[in-house]
Amino acid sequence: MSTLLELHNVTKRFGPVEVLKGVSFSLEAGEILGLLGDNGAGKSTLMKIITGIYSLEGGEIIFSGKPIPYPQHNPREARALGIEMIYQDLALAKQQDVAANIFLGQEPTYRFLGFWPMIDKAKMETAAQAAIARLGARIPSVKYPVGQLSGGQQQSVAIARALTFNPKLVIMDEPTAALAVREVEHVLDLARELKRQGISVILISHRLPDVFAVSDRIIVLRQGTVVADEHTAQTSMNNVVAHIVGAH
Amino acid sequence: MQTPLTSRVFSGLNVRLESVLVLLGLALAMAIFAPDFLSLSNFLNILLATAVIGVLAIAATFVLCAAGLDLSLGSVLAVAGVVSGVLCVNLGLPWFLGLLGGLLAGGLLGAVNGLLIARAGIPAFIVTLGMLSVARGLALIISDGKPVYGLPPVITFLGQGRFLGVPMPVWIFLALVVVFHLILSRTRFGRYTLVIGDNEMAARVTGIDVPAHKIRLYVLSGTLAGLAGLLFAARVNAADPTAGVSYELSAITAAVIGGTNLFGGRGTVIGTLIGALIMGILQNGLNLMAVPSFYQQVAIGTILVLAVWLDRVRDRRRV
Repeated sequence: MSTLLELHNVTKRFGPVEVLKGVSFSLEAGEILGLLGDNGAGKSTLMKIITGIYSLEGGEIIFSGKPIPYPQHNPREARALGIEMIYQDLALAKQQDVAANIFLGQEPTYRFLGFWPMIDKAKMETAAQAAIARLGARIPSVKYPVGQLSGGQQQSVAIARALTFNPKLVIMDEPTAALAVREVEHVLDLARELKRQGISVILISHRLPDVFAVSDRIIVLRQGTVVADEHTAQTSMNNVVAHIVGAH
Repeated sequence: MQTPLTSRVFSGLNVRLESVLVLLGLALAMAIFAPDFLSLSNFLNILLATAVIGVLAIAATFVLCAAGLDLSLGSVLAVAGVVSGVLCVNLGLPWFLGLLGGLLAGGLLGAVNGLLIARAGIPAFIVTLGMLSVARGLALIISDGKPVYGLPPVITFLGQGRFLGVPMPVWIFLALVVVFHLILSRTRFGRYTLVIGDNEMAARVTGIDVPAHKIRLYVLSGTLAGLAGLLFAARVNAADPTAGVSYELSAITAAVIGGTNLFGGRGTVIGTLIGALIMGILQNGLNLMAVPSFYQQVAIGTILVLAVWLDRVRDRRRV
């Protein structure tokens, strides 16, 4: 396996608060990494740096062998590199339809009257339909506003958006927090399937059984530093919990 | 869950059936009760009377769809008119420089709005409320408080001329409706406008440059207000610094009656056209019936509130 993502001593502060105090770890291609930590440990900030919403202050992040050029890095660049994130609140535009949400920021266009680029709705709807079908999800129509769908269906839309553009890394932020038991298994299967395809996954979750079920490795963040970096097979829930709460 | 009738019938245009029905019902009522309502010349009158507010309403639609607000439309209209008047009449420059100057003035004031909202993070309500006052003051300063008369014939043709019997402002307004309807409903620019108003975070994380887009929106809004100012000045053959007072409120009213969500994420330009026509027909018909204008204001305000109330009832039924 080759290394996809390397973080070297990443730091970040918001005003007087030092949120990340030198975070280093690496992620192999096709590896599922469980990222754990209490609220405020710095998980979200770290992920938002990787996806280009925030810049970092010190340190370096290397993706696919190339340093990410902060502070120019932004969400568009991150997606172009193959970094996708499924947000806990899903980040969907609820009044827009399913197809619009899946292709948000990447709409296919054609030239109306030969010069005017317009969104190719037919192409988008066909591709959106296919993306939803690949996930095995059931949605009445890709022309429905996302806000009219159930929670599980909305999550399928968010997942489809992350997977449609050949990602190399998929970050899932609490993907199972709001789901029914059957749907949780679906999401975990999805993580395994991504791994089979050589896609790396960072799974952020408070539900330890989920993380232990699918991850290859577990990293625990505490107060802005990595306090544990262990192979899932060689650790235990008790051990991980101890790291999370700082009992070690 | 089944597709609502309205979206099936009008899915091509994304127009709500309700607003079309209100428009037709209103037209029918006026045809019955208002003398001389039903004639081609009166129809063109309505469109002509709607054109200036209509152009502003297109601007309002875009800004509202992105969950923004532009209260400075009427004042920017006056600045643009006065700038082109001063350039053409007082400075004797050719007509096209007058037109260009008016549009640029509108776009520039829009850019100031956009920068303050998107970069400095000041709420749109405050920024454009400030601009409402600043731009009105600028219009008075530039014109020394007096209307500029005697605009060049090319410009007055745009306001008073006719092509195939239809007044030029009507041609210009309808052309803008078609172009901006396509922009809002079919292009990435329009899609991102709606998404920013729907969920700004969704726009950000999918790689849309939200601040840049907002700035472009306010530049567009200012430029359209500038164009409305030129049409207005051309029609009355005077660039009046007191023109367009409170027009922004009529423009917003037209957009909201036409189905634009005041909190962003939904709206169409064809819907706004219908909203503007509803207001125009109401005014025209009540005029023909010799109803005093005080009552017209009551009627328009009532329709606005009714439109939004209907919308809420609909949404509750749907979700």
